[in-house]
Amino acid sequence: MELLTPSVGLVFWTTIAFLMLVFVLAKFAWKPILQTLRIREESIEEALKAADRAREEMSELKADNEKLLAEAREEREQLLRDANKVANGIKEEAKNEAAAITKRMLEEATAGIEAEKQLALAEVRNQVAELSVEIAEKIIRKSLGDEKAQKALVNEFLKDKSFN
Amino acid sequence: MVGFNKLGLKNLGNFAIVLFFLAAPIFSARASSDEGESTEEFKPGDMIMHHVKDTHEFHLWGDVAIPLPVILWTDHGLDVFMSGGFYHGDGTVETSKGTYVMHHEKIYYAGEHGEEGHAAMPLDFSITRNVFSLFMSFVLISWLFISIANAYKRRGSDSAPKGVQSFFEPIILFVRDEIVIPNIGEKKYHKYLPYVLTLFFFIWINNLIGLVPFFPGGSNLSGNIAFTFTLSLLTYIIVQFSGNKAYWKHIFWMPGVPVPVRFILAPIELLGTVSKAFALMIRLFANITGGHIVVLSLASMVFLFKSYVVGGVVTPFILFIMVLELLVAAIQAYVFALLTSLFIGMAVADDDHH
Repeated sequence: MELLTPSVGLVFWTTIAFLMLVFVLAKFAWKPILQTLRIREESIEEALKAADRAREEMSELKADNEKLLAEAREEREQLLRDANKVANGIKEEAKNEAAAITKRMLEEATAGIEAEKQLALAEVRNQVAELSVEIAEKIIRKSLGDEKAQKALVNEFLKDKSFN
Repeated sequence: MVGFNKLGLKNLGNFAIVLFFLAAPIFSARASSDEGESTEEFKPGDMIMHHVKDTHEFHLWGDVAIPLPVILWTDHGLDVFMSGGFYHGDGTVETSKGTYVMHHEKIYYAGEHGEEGHAAMPLDFSITRNVFSLFMSFVLISWLFISIANAYKRRGSDSAPKGVQSFFEPIILFVRDEIVIPNIGEKKYHKYLPYVLTLFFFIWINNLIGLVPFFPGGSNLSGNIAFTFTLSLLTYIIVQFSGNKAYWKHIFWMPGVPVPVRFILAPIELLGTVSKAFALMIRLFANITGGHIVVLSLASMVFLFKSYVVGGVVTPFILFIMVLELLVAAIQAYVFALLTSLFIGMAVADDDHH
């Protein structure tokens, strides 16, 4: 039973020593230790968060890059398509124009040829007419040189006339 | 067998006893030669009780002991003298304030009642072996943690802990993150953390000092009821003063039960607050004192049987118990800190679970 009876002296000294220890340690040990630990934990947490943010930014950047790349590719395709279209247009236009010019030239040439032909024909006709008149004159002059021939001609002419 | 008592078994701690038993045959040889002259026998019970209880001197070995100051609050005022006189000569000490005798480490007025009728006792505030040990642990713990705190200040929050600092940092974090925060809660733990940290290390280090078998260890401070009583009383006071409205309501007017039952529950709950602290007190006392008794009992077997065989068998057992006690020293500090946090947590908990 003696073991279970607290002695006044030891209770007294334990109370004093322990309370002093609580105050001394709280002020000079726990406060700086816990404060440093808290700051360190906060900075670690902060660093982890920053790393997370950086990773996110990186992935965002990567996504952006890919988007840009895709856009660039699309734009290139578009440009190529447009250029092709323009080129084709120009080609088509040139072809059409060439065809039109050719046609016009052909038409003009044809018209010129026709006109020349008509002119030539008229000339030929005039020449032929003149030549015919000349020949006829010559023939007439020659054939009607003698009387007999004149008479024969008149007779023939008249014969024809009378049969009409 | 005078030899055994003279050879200082009473204060020998545990490691010393292991060494001691190796030399036991020498002493037993000497003791047997004394047999004819002496009828005094080795009594393990007395030896163990003497070790477990507080004394007014610090025994080193053999007849060598350090006398400690005796401080008495007597009918005539404060009386301070060294304890040597109680252990030498006729065992009475006479000062200008009075004459005293000591019986089983208790100091009485050697008055007209004589040595047998020790009725009256002065209040004893002596620096006993346990008080000496207490002061030593106070200095040790203060020095240890203030130097660790200085390491934190010097090295700042950017660098990793080093040396002693790195040994104690996980323990401090364990107390904070596993004992205090889960039980008291994230919001309110700041106020109680220094107390629980101090409590934990105070108990742990005093348990360890108690395991050191020789001077300046070897006391049984943390296994002394006065020590555990003081700590559990402080916990009790802190818990009651921390108690919020919900805590007191649960004691005196338990919600959720019929009114007549509330009248029955109130005294039970009120007693419950005391019994929690009481359990704290007994648990630490019994565990530490029990450990000391087991080691000393095993060692006593060597001296009872006076045999190499018993010595060879008992030594590994003592070693095993010693290692176990190292574990118990930490576990009991943990349990005391944990339950203190738990009781504080119950007292400050918000009334939101109904």
